[in-house]
Amino acid sequence: MLRKILSSRIAVLLLLAAMIAIVPVLAPSSFYLRVAALVWIFGLAALGLTILTGYAGQVSLGHAGFLGIGAYAVAVGPAKLGLDPLLSLLLGAVLCGLVAYAVGKPILRLKGYYLAIATLGFGLIVALVLTSEGAITGGPDGMQVPRVVLFGWRIAGVVPWYWISGGALLIGALLALNILASPSGRALRALHDSEVAAAGVGVDVAAKKLAAFVISGVYAGVAGSLLALMNGFITPEAAGFMHSIELVAMVIIGGLGSVVGAVVGAAFLVVLPQALTVLQEYEQAVLGLLIMVFMIVLPAGIVPSLRRLVLERAA
Amino acid sequence: MAEFLQLVFSGLTIGAVYALVALGFTLVYNASDVINFAQGDFVMIGGMGTVFLMAAGLSLPVAAMIAIVAAVLVGLLLHRLAIEPARGASPVSLIMITIGASIFIKGVAQLVFDKQFHSLPAFSGTAPIAIGGATILPQSFWVIGGMFCVVAGLWLFLEKTLIGKAVLATAANRLAARLVGINVTVVLALAFGLSAAIGAVGGILVTPITLTRYDVGTLFALKGFAAAMVGGMGNPIGAVVGGLLIGLMEAFGAGYLSSTYKDAVAFVAILVVLLVMPQGLFGRRAVERV
Repeated sequence: MLRKILSSRIAVLLLLAAMIAIVPVLAPSSFYLRVAALVWIFGLAALGLTILTGYAGQVSLGHAGFLGIGAYAVAVGPAKLGLDPLLSLLLGAVLCGLVAYAVGKPILRLKGYYLAIATLGFGLIVALVLTSEGAITGGPDGMQVPRVVLFGWRIAGVVPWYWISGGALLIGALLALNILASPSGRALRALHDSEVAAAGVGVDVAAKKLAAFVISGVYAGVAGSLLALMNGFITPEAAGFMHSIELVAMVIIGGLGSVVGAVVGAAFLVVLPQALTVLQEYEQAVLGLLIMVFMIVLPAGIVPSLRRLVLERAA
Repeated sequence: MAEFLQLVFSGLTIGAVYALVALGFTLVYNASDVINFAQGDFVMIGGMGTVFLMAAGLSLPVAAMIAIVAAVLVGLLLHRLAIEPARGASPVSLIMITIGASIFIKGVAQLVFDKQFHSLPAFSGTAPIAIGGATILPQSFWVIGGMFCVVAGLWLFLEKTLIGKAVLATAANRLAARLVGINVTVVLALAFGLSAAIGAVGGILVTPITLTRYDVGTLFALKGFAAAMVGGMGNPIGAVVGGLLIGLMEAFGAGYLSSTYKDAVAFVAILVVLLVMPQGLFGRRAVERV
């Protein structure tokens, strides 16, 4: 019974919806709301990686590149091309999908760490272009992101963006859960376990991997757009190597292959640095220490490890 | 021609350091299947340690020795306190632990040292030596020569000593190595210690040319990892060739194409190599069992 509840799709969505609904009640100030909104946004990006890494088993160390493309789409689109911000967001998502297709097609033939280094190169090149093409992107100083105006209503401030990012996370989670429960999702898990065996039972391994890469790229792109729109400002650092590492870390710390885990991992890596700022110069050391301790104590990630614990208690 | 030669010199110099970092990656990977992302931070410990010990009044050789020992200690502690307790965890989890360790080491380095850039005096003067119309700094000879000494020493250790052969045996087949009585845990600790020493040596040699700071490790880890992959993960010769190759590609990219995009040039070249040879230049073709 408990096992069924824990693994049902509706339970996962209700849990996420409850978390999104309860934070504004508990948050004492808009600062906390902003941090929570960041958790939902990075949770969305981590969800994409859950499909790619957690299910299909393909490592990417360059997904901040897609985050950067999505972020700069909503900055460059309105400012330089005169496009509507929401249209820019959509175009950014489409662009991420196309780039993911073009990049993924050749490099997804690589396996394991070889794929990791190829995606790392991709992310690095995106960050480099964003930094160097100052005429379009404002260079290393970044650029302003125009505010969104919807039906004459100017969306600014933390509260509307909190609900928009929360809604985006829920939609993203719903799509991810449906993908993972579909035949395609099972095909991804099959090729994760063994590509040869999966191909043997008729899974088009290359096509499925590419689909997972494109989907995860679009997720990261939309998350990047939301991040830029909420902050109203964007720098090339968004596409940086450390950000890519952070995204992967969220998925692994939360628990590979778990939808809730992706959000928990995002919360871990977004909230913790904020909480640790009180430690000032000790911040980085403590953050590294906590990551190590959590991975040593809960090697399968927070959510799967806790889930196992709950099930063992119940049994 | 002179310009070409100049680029070759600078490419080989920085490439030699990448090669040393890649060698460190290779040693740990062979013993454990883990990519140790804290590898670059050993380079920083070597450089920063020497800078601060010399500032405390020690001579260069003494300071360098102590810095190497310190790096080895950090490597052994990393293995004993973070990798060993998580034995049996998946490689992804272990890699995450090394990423945590890398953040931790940088955090501690900020406290122990500082956040400034530092340099070391060149070991044997700064008068450039002219060769074929190009010039080369004496320190470059130290870096390239030091790299070859480390490679030769490592080769002798692995091929000619019993414990070195135990390392090779563990790399070839961990279970079989354990069955013939090799203590795999000791071998893994040794791999971490050795890779730390190699990284620290690289850091000490290159600091007079490139400067050092608490966070330079990230860049070296990135380039060293790339070098190890181009060469073919797990192959020491591949690591050296890969490191030198990336150094050369960066130098040529900066010299002939665009200095802003030198990293892009290097990575595009890496992608091309990997697409033609998916296992790297010297990597073995992996056969997947079902």
